[in-house]
Amino acid sequence: MAEASNKNEIRASKLYKKRSSLEMVWRQLRKNKGALLGLFLLIIIIIGALIAPFIYDYKTDVIGMNVRQRMQWPSLQHICGTDDLGRDIFARIVYGARYSLAVGFIAVIIALIVGTALGATAGYIGGVFENVVMRICDIFSSIPSVLMAIAVVSALGKSTLNLMLAVGISSTAPFVRVARAAVLMVRGEEYVEAACAIGQPGWKTVIVHILPNCVSQIIVQATLRVGSAIISAAQLSFLGLGVPAPAPEWGSMLSAGRLYIRDYSYMTLFPGIAIMITVLALNLLGDGLRDALDPKLKR
Amino acid sequence: MADTILEVKNLKKYFKTSRGMLHAVDDISFTVERGKTLGLVGESGCGKSTTGRAILRLIEPTSGEVIFEGKDVTKLSKKDMRHMRKDMQIIFQDPFSSLDPKKTVSQIIAEPITENKIIKGKLAIEERVLELMDTVGLAERYINTYPHELDGGRRQRIGIARALAIEPKLIVCDEPVSALDVSIQAQILNLLKELQVKLGLTYLFITHNLSVVNHFSDDIAVMYLGQIVEKAPSEELFDNPIHPYTQALLSAIPIPELGHTRQRVQLKGEITSPIEPPAECRFAKRCMQCKKEICTTHIPQLLEVKPGHFVACPLKQEELGFSIQ
Amino acid sequence: MEEENKKNTEEHDILNIENLTVRFETEDGVVHAVNGIDLKLGYRKTLGLVGETGAGKTTTALAMLRLVPNPPGVVECDRLEIDGKDVRDLSVNKLEQVRGKDISMIFQDPMTALNPVFTVGEQIAESIEIHEKLSKEKSLEKAGDMLEMVGIPRQRANEYPHQFSGGMKQRVVIAIALACNPKLLIADEPTTALDVTIQAQVLELMNELKEKYNTSMIMITHDLGIVAEVCDDVAVMYAGRIVEQGSLEEVYSDTKHPYTEGLFNSLPNIKNRQRMLKPIHGLMPDPSNLPKGCAFAPRCNYATDACKEAVPKLLCVKGTHKVACSRYESDPNFVIERGKK
Repeated sequence: MAEASNKNEIRASKLYKKRSSLEMVWRQLRKNKGALLGLFLLIIIIIGALIAPFIYDYKTDVIGMNVRQRMQWPSLQHICGTDDLGRDIFARIVYGARYSLAVGFIAVIIALIVGTALGATAGYIGGVFENVVMRICDIFSSIPSVLMAIAVVSALGKSTLNLMLAVGISSTAPFVRVARAAVLMVRGEEYVEAACAIGQPGWKTVIVHILPNCVSQIIVQATLRVGSAIISAAQLSFLGLGVPAPAPEWGSMLSAGRLYIRDYSYMTLFPGIAIMITVLALNLLGDGLRDALDPKLKR
Repeated sequence: MADTILEVKNLKKYFKTSRGMLHAVDDISFTVERGKTLGLVGESGCGKSTTGRAILRLIEPTSGEVIFEGKDVTKLSKKDMRHMRKDMQIIFQDPFSSLDPKKTVSQIIAEPITENKIIKGKLAIEERVLELMDTVGLAERYINTYPHELDGGRRQRIGIARALAIEPKLIVCDEPVSALDVSIQAQILNLLKELQVKLGLTYLFITHNLSVVNHFSDDIAVMYLGQIVEKAPSEELFDNPIHPYTQALLSAIPIPELGHTRQRVQLKGEITSPIEPPAECRFAKRCMQCKKEICTTHIPQLLEVKPGHFVACPLKQEELGFSIQ
Repeated sequence: MEEENKKNTEEHDILNIENLTVRFETEDGVVHAVNGIDLKLGYRKTLGLVGETGAGKTTTALAMLRLVPNPPGVVECDRLEIDGKDVRDLSVNKLEQVRGKDISMIFQDPMTALNPVFTVGEQIAESIEIHEKLSKEKSLEKAGDMLEMVGIPRQRANEYPHQFSGGMKQRVVIAIALACNPKLLIADEPTTALDVTIQAQVLELMNELKEKYNTSMIMITHDLGIVAEVCDDVAVMYAGRIVEQGSLEEVYSDTKHPYTEGLFNSLPNIKNRQRMLKPIHGLMPDPSNLPKGCAFAPRCNYATDACKEAVPKLLCVKGTHKVACSRYESDPNFVIERGKK
């Protein structure tokens, strides 16, 4: 008898499956042509970055110098031309995607985790803690990210990891703000009161009820921030503070091409376009996500 | 001797505002008997919702005592209060905002159970959830749906199932049917009544809708600007309202029948501010029966003018032969 | 103005709608919001349009003002005349002259109907300026008159909406709606958000103004008590159709349709607390998936198989009393519980 009823119960929850929210977000996203374009471009860029090592050999194609082939304008053999050391720019751009994407995503992940934790706590606890966190946030926002990055890199040295850290730190403030705002909004909802009424301690409510309902705003922020992180990384590399040469980071490629910008403009043009397309794709996707996740715009 | 499950003594809740202290709940006292329903009635801003929440300490009372089954709930530590919550639950007004949109029906109903570790084991918990869904009339197939996929009536049933999950003794119903359509309201009210009989529940029924509370309560307390102005058994209140505000309130209800020439008690003006209220009858400025000599010089006290029937109106108290301070 | 109104008395109805349907074509399917309704409203009459959420009352009102958003809404009707004028094909310009002047609407949420950055006086004056083509000063003066009319001191015309309470905001909304003396006022749940004592004040005000200005009114509500106080005629809507229609007396004292009966039974009545509530079981059907036949049949205690076959037509049973129920068609002696006295 007990076994039979057990079997019935298993049936109930397996039988009536839930429609995931992912499915519903996708449906909304599908309607936005811009977002789809952004997603498509992003997927291509990511695929390019992933298969790069299989297409190009790093030593020969990417950093191998070939003086005879230097300074060539775009042609069939070299779609984007060659740079001052004879390296194929297209190969470097494709490979460079790995750096930009890695720095962009990881920096944002760092910023997201730290920023959300601080912002959510500030929003929930309020009081002096909130004040202190928000004022520190204000201070961080007013320091140009370049200066902050210079500080980090000078202290810790130049490397890809430190670049991620630097960009991450300068991207934290927006997450603190978004997380705090989202928590403040959700905190007043009745279901949070309901959680208290059933005896749930506050910290648990934040994790179980409040954060999941803030996730959409944080995701949108994250997607948009990856774009700015990539630009920041490029800026820093341009200034020589980022990924060390001869790595094909787009920013350093821009920097290297600076000297020849008048006569050989293609050397700066193509890395610049690469940056632009990547950031554009992320912005389109981010905007589309924001619209898709906004409950007020639904139906 | 009546079995008093809840006794509220001199409950106050004040909020600090830039213009002064807001007296949301101002010195309220009442008792509720086990298995009965007390209706707490009043218009917006009278403090009824705040009272309900203060009793459950979802809002911390400024002062006063809330004695539930002999224990003063206001003095308990946070941890002990959490234990107490198993016996005192709440059903909210808005069936949408009171349910976490990211959780399924099953998760919402199971949460009180898992949080308080009442039942262990996934299967046993699911069995209880299905049992509760059945009790409140929710079909089994909704077990994994999200609140926004359901209509208001079903969502409210989820809220009721959640409140019942850990077998509380007292349920504060904060306008549980106001957001629902008329035909669904009737379904939910009937359900609540059935459950009260079946499970021996005590209700504190908060609402602004007098016709609903009449149907549903044993006793009714009428609130105005944070104070109880009248309290009596339902039938007595409706047949013999004494306080002028109660009279006005009752006369204002539109009756869905023909042939009623209404003797409407018209009120003057709008509700006065609950911030730093003067020490006189707070209803005086709007009352058509106000007599300045009595009403502005005496602070109304709740007095039992007939068996079980309490009024806080110096004018009426005097009329009925009671001496006033 | 008096003479103009006298002319209207016998000549034509203020509102004449025939066979109005509104459907919304969305990617999830077609939502049949309004499914063929006829409405006529006479001079100085008040019609109560009763129904629950999803019955199609607000959509009907919006369709009258041609405010239904065009994708995805599709509005079709055989006749749509306001004060004798066919408004179906009017250009937007001409339509704007009709809206606010001949026909005015009070929307469902009065709290958000007022623009927070303009004073109350300016908002009332706006309507007057547009329709009566008066100068700004004269409009503001007339706005002051309107405020007095609704019981607000005229000095308050310079205050902003947030300085008013809910009941007073509603009075301002009424003042705006009546500022140009419209022939027809549509009030969509005007007192739902108000406290019961304020509701009583506002309803009384509306009654007074209605009398004074000779305005016809359509009161959209789910509250049968309000209908009893304010309306002359009643039309009960369910799933986009009118299921019962008639004078107040006819519908209240001689209720015919099972849904109307169900509504009365669901109401706790303060005059009769002993009676158990008898709710209508089930839910209103999904307007994108209406059942074949009578939409109320699945919930009806009197339904027969024939009811599920064909949609019943709205037929006259007595005087101006009409019912859409096939039981009356097939059996002239059919009586519902409420009808048995």
